[in-house]
Amino acid sequence: MDTLNILLMAFISIVLINNLVLTKFLGICPYLGVSGRIDMAFGMGMAVTFVVTLSGTMTWMIDHWILMPIGLEVTRYVCFILVIAGAVQLVEMYIRKFFPSLYESFGIFLPLITTNCAILGLCLFINLWGIDNLLEAVVLSFGAGIGFTMAICIMAGIRENLNMADVPRCLKGAPITLITAGLLTLAFMGFAGMIK
Amino acid sequence: MANKAQTTSTLYKQTLLAGLWRENPVFRLLLGMCPTLAVTAAVKPALTMGLSVIFVLLCSNIVVSLMRNLLKAHLRILMFTLTIATFVTIADLFLKAFVPRMSEMLGPYVPLIIVNCIIICRAEACASKNNLLVSTIDALGMGVGFTLTLCVLAGVREVLSTGAIWEIKVLPAWFVPWAAMSMPAGAFITLGLLLGLVNVISKKRT
Repeated sequence: MDTLNILLMAFISIVLINNLVLTKFLGICPYLGVSGRIDMAFGMGMAVTFVVTLSGTMTWMIDHWILMPIGLEVTRYVCFILVIAGAVQLVEMYIRKFFPSLYESFGIFLPLITTNCAILGLCLFINLWGIDNLLEAVVLSFGAGIGFTMAICIMAGIRENLNMADVPRCLKGAPITLITAGLLTLAFMGFAGMIK
Repeated sequence: MANKAQTTSTLYKQTLLAGLWRENPVFRLLLGMCPTLAVTAAVKPALTMGLSVIFVLLCSNIVVSLMRNLLKAHLRILMFTLTIATFVTIADLFLKAFVPRMSEMLGPYVPLIIVNCIIICRAEACASKNNLLVSTIDALGMGVGFTLTLCVLAGVREVLSTGAIWEIKVLPAWFVPWAAMSMPAGAFITLGLLLGLVNVISKKRT
């Protein structure tokens, strides 16, 4: 019961309170680049969720079972980025084979998941928070992906309506998106008091 | 001959200046947004971040430019990332050893330089096609442009959130600090407004 409680808390906190996009500024590039249409945003979110779950788990295992016992923590960043690049390659091949239309619409943003800060960022945060339990690492990685999907879908929904709004000329495009993101962040700050 | 020398020197100058304004990584290309937003609550960490990025960008551009003829097309992104990761590890260890306070403040955002789009973008767009000198100059221009942008953004936010720059008070005592500016929301909104301002200025020029 106690473990379940801890896992649930970890999940809620990474999705709502420590949301990677809105409070840690990770994954801003796809957040601004792919949030034009809601279906694409959802597809992107799913791809990121898959990659982040896979690489979060793998990097935890590599870090704890290989690097720490033999004292090679210095090579941590190099190993992490290799794992992530491999996972992205896997997803890319899968999507190209089974969802060619989705593959077309992602374009450059799919290989760019490798350089999505949310993924490497999460691996580093797991390390920084000193998570020493494999199950918790898995839950955190999955939650981070869900949090990213949620943030990017909300943003896409707002932007679809923003197209009809009368925005000052100089703020069109990226600036108004950033300001919207700022307001969204303010709203999410309301969750901060939920745990502890 | 003199003419040719002149055109090369203009090319160098233009490459250097491109990063500062015309192709400014943050304001114009919208690259490297994550560190831009995350470390700009105050000027000091922003400057540290900027200097680390200049170091990594310079080293990776030099190495990539030197090995550009050996690269296989489908493996190049991997090679870039591994090169960058190596130099970021060096920068991270250096910061930990000599400025531990800053290193603690920046936290995971130093290793996150690995996935900073600016560095990969410059490796791909410039260093893998040009010779050593042009790549070095390009890295300097882009790095300095990025650092200046960070400092401007951090300056605005630090003044409004604490009434100080570089931890030195500049605004009078009656100023009520806007705590929101040091929070994530302030980062997004300040950057949005600055981008709007840049749009206005660049439209007037043309």
